[in-house]
Amino acid sequence: MSEKHIDEISGVSTTGHEWDGIKELDNPMPRWWVWTFYGTIVWALAYTIAYPAWPMISSATKGVLGYSSRQELSTTLEAVSAEQASLRTAIAEKPLEEILGDETLRRFATSAGSAAFKVNCSQCHGSGAQGAAGYPNLNDDDWLWGGDIESIHQTIAHGIRAEGDDDTRISDMPAFGDILSPEEIKQVAAHVVSFTGTPSDAALAEAGAQVYADNCAACHGEQGKGDISVGAPNLADAIWLYGSSEADIAAQVRLPKQGVMPAWQARLGDPAVKQLSVYIYSLGGGQ
Amino acid sequence: MTLATDTVASPDVERIDAEAVNSAKTRQPLYAARKKIFPKRASGQFRRFKWIIMAITLGIYYLTPWLRWDRGPYAPDQAVLIDLANRRFYFFFIEIWPQEFFYVAGLLVMAGIGLFLITSTVGRAWCGYTCPQTVWVDLFLVVERAIEGDRNARIKLDSASWSGGKLAKRFSKHVIWLLIAVATGGAWVFYFADAPTLLVNLVTGSAAPVAYMTIAILTATTYVFGGLMREQVCTYMCPWPRIQAAMLDENSLTVTYNDWRGEPRSRHAKKAIAAGESVGDCVDCNACVAVCPMGIDIRDGQQLECITCALCIDACDGVMDKLGRERGLISYATLSDYNNNMALATAGGSTSIDPKLVHGTDGKLTDNVVHFHWQKIFRPRTFVYFGAWSLIGVAMLYALLTRDRLEVNVLHDRNPQYVLLSDGAVRNGYTVKLLNMIPEPRVIFVSLEGLPGGTMQAVGIDQPEGRSLAVPVEPDKLREIRIFVRQPAEYTKDGNERFNFVVEDKASFERDVYHAKFNTPENAR
Repeated sequence: MSEKHIDEISGVSTTGHEWDGIKELDNPMPRWWVWTFYGTIVWALAYTIAYPAWPMISSATKGVLGYSSRQELSTTLEAVSAEQASLRTAIAEKPLEEILGDETLRRFATSAGSAAFKVNCSQCHGSGAQGAAGYPNLNDDDWLWGGDIESIHQTIAHGIRAEGDDDTRISDMPAFGDILSPEEIKQVAAHVVSFTGTPSDAALAEAGAQVYADNCAACHGEQGKGDISVGAPNLADAIWLYGSSEADIAAQVRLPKQGVMPAWQARLGDPAVKQLSVYIYSLGGGQ
Repeated sequence: MTLATDTVASPDVERIDAEAVNSAKTRQPLYAARKKIFPKRASGQFRRFKWIIMAITLGIYYLTPWLRWDRGPYAPDQAVLIDLANRRFYFFFIEIWPQEFFYVAGLLVMAGIGLFLITSTVGRAWCGYTCPQTVWVDLFLVVERAIEGDRNARIKLDSASWSGGKLAKRFSKHVIWLLIAVATGGAWVFYFADAPTLLVNLVTGSAAPVAYMTIAILTATTYVFGGLMREQVCTYMCPWPRIQAAMLDENSLTVTYNDWRGEPRSRHAKKAIAAGESVGDCVDCNACVAVCPMGIDIRDGQQLECITCALCIDACDGVMDKLGRERGLISYATLSDYNNNMALATAGGSTSIDPKLVHGTDGKLTDNVVHFHWQKIFRPRTFVYFGAWSLIGVAMLYALLTRDRLEVNVLHDRNPQYVLLSDGAVRNGYTVKLLNMIPEPRVIFVSLEGLPGGTMQAVGIDQPEGRSLAVPVEPDKLREIRIFVRQPAEYTKDGNERFNFVVEDKASFERDVYHAKFNTPENAR
């Protein structure tokens, strides 16, 4: 480096580096560039004073402007909830039918209900409300307790066989294992299958007709159409909560499984239950 | 023991050839101050041309936001409007939605290739004539000359000690510069909102803070770049001077000092001729240097700093006219023409430049001298650039003229994939997005094509279940609806799972199709 390399044409010294005959001129930088560089350093220092920056032992410097990203988040959230306040009030105050009729309210309630559903309901009913064995699918048009918006609201608010809620829905199918003989149970199961399909043994199904009329028709109806006022399932449709085979039906006659749904009114408050109702209603099965 | 002085004197000690790395001999400054440039006013054909370009470009910039364009009651009537809040871009009869931003990308690609094309033919014409930096510096220089006078007056004023007069001149110059800068930043924001409304809001102080911020930033950059930094921006900040090297070839026009006819330059031509010396056309008057806004000497050859504004051509032509010599000592010339002429003037490189070889006895240039011919613009390279440029242009124009103003996007429910209904029918849910991309309200018909027995119903649209729905969509809006499609049990087992959502505007016959799938318990995964 002691030698001074001078480019012949420009008379400017070069860095001494050469690539394929091309040399790099060592022109001095413009002075404003250097000042800009100093300016950025000053800016950086000022920035670290104004904003949280320097790490200390247990925390970091707070910055004289008092900015924090957490504060910014809560400000933003407050602004959003202030924006939504009128919607929330409207949902709390208006009847469900009116919420369904108002496109803005319906959309807002559906989104809010969807979020609440994911947190509170999806554990049993599935994230798409598609249900599972023993847990009803909420998308379909088969409702044990009614699929209009008020019935859905009632079911969510007070639950089914929920302890501690006086308004809860209760349907109590007796355990027919104590009442009917195993043969009668087989017969009635075959008869129930015959509502929608072909029983394994026609004679068995025929025999079951009388057993059915004597024991089941009071709640499930003569044609097996069920009765939503007592929560008796429709036995003449394609949807089966506990399975559709004769064996499944027989098992349910013998010792019925009785699902329990908690009452949500007390836990979530009425606006949230309303939102959930609108969401469930909008899934496609609402009547 | 001997003293140190004895050691130095000792002839046995060898002197080592070493030098301090920071010795004064090799030291050089790490940074250099800007040398002030006082461009003299030029006049001539290129200067005139530049005035016209300046008027056009500034006119376009300042006036465009004020042009009106009637789009009916549902869309803004500003001809050019970038509506960021509603994510729409209006350009006269064209309206662009965000998903159509590729048109803008295409325009930028065209601008890039167009720049290649222009540069490979006429050199850095963009830099010299139309670059905003050049135009605004020109504008700022007009102000400077009007207040402080031309070159000599300005140099004198600059070196004069501070007085009331100097203070007044400097103050008024900077105030006017700042006003221009404010107007520049001010014009920019009008592209993003309704200009007349925004102007009132700006004046009354009720415009959005971002508008004032934008104006403040652009005022600062305009004032600093146009008034204070000028040529520094081109030389040190802009990447284009570096890129241009790859764009130029031996047939590109550049501003050239024709030393094959100018050298040897002489300030005292008559004396020199009397003394029998050979003398070129250049009288070394430095007029070309004085007018240069970059402060360079074009006679040093083509250089990075030269923006090819051609003002030196005007200056030199004026001098040549005065001397009664042919114009074009400095001219737009290609390297190949220059080399030809240089070969003439040096007899094929065997001698130093001899003006007699290119000048006749009457002092005019001989006929052997090559001048630029317009046909040289047409060469493979420019054809490729032009081809690529026009191909993209035609493709974009075609896409623009045939683009859909009615679109449908469909999202098939995945959770659950299907719903079994009590009568054994199967239902699928779809989120259907209808895009009405014209500023008119429309009723869009959504219907099913295929899917035997299938019917549908939309949430929130009170219409009987059927194979077709009439959906009103607001002007220039997207409407999202939930559609439930239902297929009775007797059809679901056919495995006929493909069908189409067809959307139509029955008034304009516009139509779009979405190929959808219907999930049944048999084919669901």
